[in-house]
Amino acid sequence: MATIYIDDKPYEVKDGQNLLQACLSLGLNLSYFCWHPALGSVGACRQCAVKQFKDENDKQGRLVMSCMTPASANIRISIGDAEAKEFRQDVIEHLMTNHPHDCPVCDEGGECHLQDMTVMSGHHDREYRFKKRTHINQDLGPFINHEMNRCIQCYRCVRYYRDYAGGRDFNVFASHDNVYFGRHEPGTLESEFSGNLVEVCPTGVFTDKTQKKHYTRRWDLQVAPSICVHCGLGCNTTPGERYGQLRRIRNRYNGEVNGYFLCDRGRYGYEFVNSAQRVKQVVYRRRDDAGVETVEKAVKGDVLRYLARLLADGATAIGIGSPRASVETNFALRALVGPENYFTGMTALETRLVSSMIEILKTGPARTPSLDEIGDADAVLVLGEDVTNVAPMMALRLRQSVRNEPMAVAHKIGIPDWNDAAVRGAVQTKKGPLFIATPAATKLDEIATSTYNAAPDNLARLGYAVANAIDPEAPTGDRVSAEVRQLAETIATALKGAKKPLVIAGASCANECIIQAAANIVWALCKTEHAAALSFTAPECNSVGAALLGGRSLDEAIQTVRDGRADVVIIAENDLYRRAKRADVDALFEHAKHVVVIDHSPTATTAKAEVTLPAAAFPEGDGTFVNNEGRAQRFIQVYVPEGDVQESWRWLRALRVATGKADVAEWATLDLALASVEEAVPALSGVRNCAPPPAFRALGQKVPRQAHRYSGRTAMRANINVSEPKIQEDPDSPLTFSMEGYRGELPASLLPSFWAPGWNSAQALTRFQEEIGGPLRGGDPGVRLIEPAAGSAPAYFGDAPKVFAVRKNDRLAVSLYHIFGSEELSALSPPLAERIPALYAALSPSDAEALEVANGDTVELRLNGAAWRAPVSVRPDLPRGTVGVPAGLAAAEFLSAPAWISVEKVSAT
Amino acid sequence: MQIIENIYSILRSIGLVFMHAFHKRETVQYPDEKPYLAPRWRGRIVLTRDPDGAERCVGCYLCAVACPVGCIALQTTEDETGRRYPEFFRINFSRCIFCGYCEEACPTYAIQLTPDFEMCEYKRQNLVYEKEDLLISGPGKYPDYNFYRVAGLAIGGKGKGEAENESAPVDPRGLLL
Repeated sequence: MATIYIDDKPYEVKDGQNLLQACLSLGLNLSYFCWHPALGSVGACRQCAVKQFKDENDKQGRLVMSCMTPASANIRISIGDAEAKEFRQDVIEHLMTNHPHDCPVCDEGGECHLQDMTVMSGHHDREYRFKKRTHINQDLGPFINHEMNRCIQCYRCVRYYRDYAGGRDFNVFASHDNVYFGRHEPGTLESEFSGNLVEVCPTGVFTDKTQKKHYTRRWDLQVAPSICVHCGLGCNTTPGERYGQLRRIRNRYNGEVNGYFLCDRGRYGYEFVNSAQRVKQVVYRRRDDAGVETVEKAVKGDVLRYLARLLADGATAIGIGSPRASVETNFALRALVGPENYFTGMTALETRLVSSMIEILKTGPARTPSLDEIGDADAVLVLGEDVTNVAPMMALRLRQSVRNEPMAVAHKIGIPDWNDAAVRGAVQTKKGPLFIATPAATKLDEIATSTYNAAPDNLARLGYAVANAIDPEAPTGDRVSAEVRQLAETIATALKGAKKPLVIAGASCANECIIQAAANIVWALCKTEHAAALSFTAPECNSVGAALLGGRSLDEAIQTVRDGRADVVIIAENDLYRRAKRADVDALFEHAKHVVVIDHSPTATTAKAEVTLPAAAFPEGDGTFVNNEGRAQRFIQVYVPEGDVQESWRWLRALRVATGKADVAEWATLDLALASVEEAVPALSGVRNCAPPPAFRALGQKVPRQAHRYSGRTAMRANINVSEPKIQEDPDSPLTFSMEGYRGELPASLLPSFWAPGWNSAQALTRFQEEIGGPLRGGDPGVRLIEPAAGSAPAYFGDAPKVFAVRKNDRLAVSLYHIFGSEELSALSPPLAERIPALYAALSPSDAEALEVANGDTVELRLNGAAWRAPVSVRPDLPRGTVGVPAGLAAAEFLSAPAWISVEKVSAT
Repeated sequence: MQIIENIYSILRSIGLVFMHAFHKRETVQYPDEKPYLAPRWRGRIVLTRDPDGAERCVGCYLCAVACPVGCIALQTTEDETGRRYPEFFRINFSRCIFCGYCEEACPTYAIQLTPDFEMCEYKRQNLVYEKEDLLISGPGKYPDYNFYRVAGLAIGGKGKGEAENESAPVDPRGLLL
């Protein structure tokens, strides 16, 4: 801690900060543009000028840029000094000379950093009488709208896009007064993190194109804290609703998880919620004796009575849960059908993989790092995961982690971390150790120290070899080639030489050996007194939660139904056709007498259900997800859906009440449901604490979901009825559907959005953090459910698999993931659907040669009677003897591993 | 003494009242006779058009947020050329207090209060005005202003650099600038 004097008042600040950070942390108002907490300082905009004095007798002082001046002990500065104020006002006046007169039609208006800073610095009249410079805009794809006229040349966008996110197709062009930020030619931005430009840009050059289609100002959005459902990382989001429609997703800072940014899948995948195809009513599908189906909308009460009758007649009901449904939903289903009749909804393989990850993290000495900690690692081995496409935000953290080791160069010559330009100058293009071993090339390869592409079994063998190289006691495979051994030695040396080594693995290769190999490496490191971390990616938003709850696999569920041991099948938020073989799922529907599906979006499974109950999508209900780290996080209802739509766990509770298994008071609130979860499932104890209970009040008040400027409350529904309706009740959280309530300091898990007087943009965040870039005040949201076991490490996993043997006729299916398309729900979002790649079957050049096919030729993939045709994509990085299949896009049977697929050329007829 | 004063007071009052019989009448025969309303009278709200006859409202939501009773609700949208306009624009006059804040907030002179208060209804529901009820065909009190002529946003018929006080768009590929 150091004492600094600001306007002659002493303040205690943390060491190693610059003055701007210190002032903002202290809650003082100081304007700035080019500085961003995640990007550091470059001192380009001159907006944060303050007066620095030599000592208390110095009355003259000199202007310094606060973002470029360390907050060293006893430094004396003045923010309010007349000269400094005038300087800041002049700077903004000059920045604004070409700013167009279009705030009313600008999407940034109302949450614009430029507006805030203009007001803060006091500039109001444009005195520049000459013509304004203009620019032609570019079409940057379906996510980002470009309006270059508004630019104030702070350079944050290029610094973020190129330096931070590693994008290459965006830059600054031309010179002096004419600098232009964009692509070399109009076209879709390639980076998976381009959406963050919207929040990084201090004004409206980059705005959200999806929101533009149903534009709403920030103050008119009803918001609540939520969790992204599009991958297993559990990034915190703030969805905004207006007129019953989800209007946008914004990042919600969580120092431990996503920090300042989101990926494009998380930001733009939301529109499935607004789809006209959504399941919004109870649907009853009747089939008469002739087999003719009639679909009709049913009354909720009638259907519940009908279902209660089905369940009461001594019929056996089984429940199939889902890794994309909340903990509460899966638990409620388990409670309805009984633990013996509950199935996780994941295939046997997936259940085994996820359970094995949890087991490794629980029994082993290695800690699973938070997403934030992944960025702190200084040597990383990625085993089998295409991180950019499976867990995108983890890739963004890895891009920062490779900077850690070379940062020592800057530290040695005394450059602080925040001095971005100087750090990058010192580090140049040096990268820390990052080893990527995957079946095919990945986007992160460009920053990797070395890469290794091989079949899943061979990747596991590399992992075993690395573990063996670290600790000779760890087992290794037979016949390890010299090449693999040498690579393993290199990786082992790098990991051993690091302070915070990290190994990343997951379920993408559908190979348990890879997960075990990763565990062996980390345990070997832990044995040598390294604080090694082990991070697994989770396939879906609640895979870990579903696995912690336990239950048998989907394969067993199908078998149970086939054996005639189940009359009623209840499926919660799960499209079985995406997971199991078509023939198997068809068999399930054939053998089951009654199938009830609870889901929010129409799927191949809902199309077959006898009764479909409309479930709430994530912004329409409350629940808890457990992310890949084992962090339980609450998502809170943003708005009340219309019609019969309610959370799946409420439907299941209603069924329990209707069948007389529970009384009406049971699980009346989410909190009570979670109390039952904790009681019944010890592995999930703690889920109740990830957000305050519904009875929580701040100074006797609830927390408002609407901004204090929320408009139109007496007119928005006046076309339906001029009398305003009563405010809707929310039994599940301390939030209220109102503008009224407490707006002060709150537990971070309840903060609907970040706003402070004078700070309307995303930059208001500094007012809610303990320190810049640090945790939110009162602790970051979420409760970790998985901690490493104390005591000795468990025994290493046994021998490595055999060398991958290429088969003569069949080829091993390898899932290739795509950030846009591989995930089920985001693929239903129209703007994102534009980015989904066309179907293909990827072959290595030698396989393509053997089959006599070239790029674009059609091949037929055959497996167990199922056939699928796709054009060939020849990929030199793919190992021989495999066929790459796009995950989530091809039929499930071709993705279930280990699938040996016969590939044949289809000759053009 | 007191009683004389009181009697005088009563007589004086009677006299004053009586004298009013010869004064000019304050009561007007409304509605046959209309009162004078100043041009800046804050009455019925209208949406105006710009001098070119196009809708002035750009759907910026500032009127809605300025409204102290929250009686304005709208949704902005844009045409194929990028010009913004309200998809719907609703004022619940049963809540309106005619404070004029919406007019003050409006950056395009679109929303204006007019000297008209004759809008009584038997049913409250009829006081909910939609865009078609609010939009008039003229520019109202500000005949000349056209937001899109000064704003930097390109719309149909006005490209970049064609607004007032704008120079032609920069060519970022040019070196001699």
